[in-house]
Amino acid sequence: MKILIVDDFSTMRRIIKNLLRDLGFTNTAEADDGTTALPMLQSGSFDFLVTDWNMPGMTGIDLLRAVRADERLKQLPVLMVTAEAKRDQIIEAAQAGVNGYVVKPFTAQVLKEKIEKIFERVNG
Amino acid sequence: MEHNDSEQSDLESTLKTNARQLVDSLEKGDFGEAVELINELNKARDRGLYHEVGKLTRELHNAIVNFQLDPHMPHATEISQITDATERLGYVVTMTENAANRTMDLVEQSAPMVNDLGQEAQSLSADWGCFMRREMGADGFRELAKRIELFLARTERDSSKLSGHLNDILLAQDYQDLTGQVIKRVTQLVTEVESNLLKLVLMASQVDRFAGIEHDHNVLRAEQKQQKQPSHGEGPQIHADKRDDVASSQDDVDDLLSSLGF
Repeated sequence: MKILIVDDFSTMRRIIKNLLRDLGFTNTAEADDGTTALPMLQSGSFDFLVTDWNMPGMTGIDLLRAVRADERLKQLPVLMVTAEAKRDQIIEAAQAGVNGYVVKPFTAQVLKEKIEKIFERVNG
Repeated sequence: MEHNDSEQSDLESTLKTNARQLVDSLEKGDFGEAVELINELNKARDRGLYHEVGKLTRELHNAIVNFQLDPHMPHATEISQITDATERLGYVVTMTENAANRTMDLVEQSAPMVNDLGQEAQSLSADWGCFMRREMGADGFRELAKRIELFLARTERDSSKLSGHLNDILLAQDYQDLTGQVIKRVTQLVTEVESNLLKLVLMASQVDRFAGIEHDHNVLRAEQKQQKQPSHGEGPQIHADKRDDVASSQDDVDDLLSSLGF
């Protein structure tokens, strides 16, 4: 299970990386916005994408749309972990095809639940 | 604003008197006087306008001096307050980032220690159970005794290391005090700038009145609305619990998503 973590703040990437490691996911890579993440996704064999929304360069929602528009990536499960909490935005993300939506600040428990739910659905 | 009102009424009374005289002289057929009066009217309007523009310029100048906005000012001994505020906020970002990294370093160093101690305790506990159930020979027990001795020494050493780490984690939170002070000062400056800007806007509206300029507020509002695109992200929402258009918790988000069929 290879996971890409995309967030412009290195501390947040580190927190997510540590939480994922606690959940048993040790194979992770990091990117600081959509522009650097997309080529990584296209060339690496990632199984899961965790992304922030608000980032310089390419935002998380645009990255999600780019992933869904890419023939080889469109099945990739995407979890959005973001401070963006407006209802319109959550609906926008859902319509763009997000698999899970976690609002910051979040707990380890919430992250675990959402990831488990996504894999249940993907595998089921 | 009383001052402005009296000027406005000065202008109004000049306009009224001159307008009446203008009608009178036109009716009398005295065109020379009529043109003279029109000139008077123009002058009165211009005087008011120049006066307001002058005040606006003076206030702008004061604002620039007050906030030391102009970096090229020859007698600027300090950097501008805005630049200073930007630097202060940059310092907050650095401080909080350092504290977060320091804390995470210590947690990452501590976690394996705790895990190892737990695992070794578990394994010793299992072997101790064997011994208590008399399932262990003398050689096995000598081996176990040695391991227990090592484990005790290690527990002592690691627990003092861990308590040191916990203390350092505690100390790493000292940024809160310092950044809090910096943010308070910047907030104060923003409030000051806002009230000064408001003053300038009021003065500019006075100029608009004298010049007879009207702004289409609907167009301005539409422009503003267009600039706010949700796709760009807005960052954390303040007062999320008091707003209907914002999800105030993860449960709220989950409810919304499940209502969409998630």
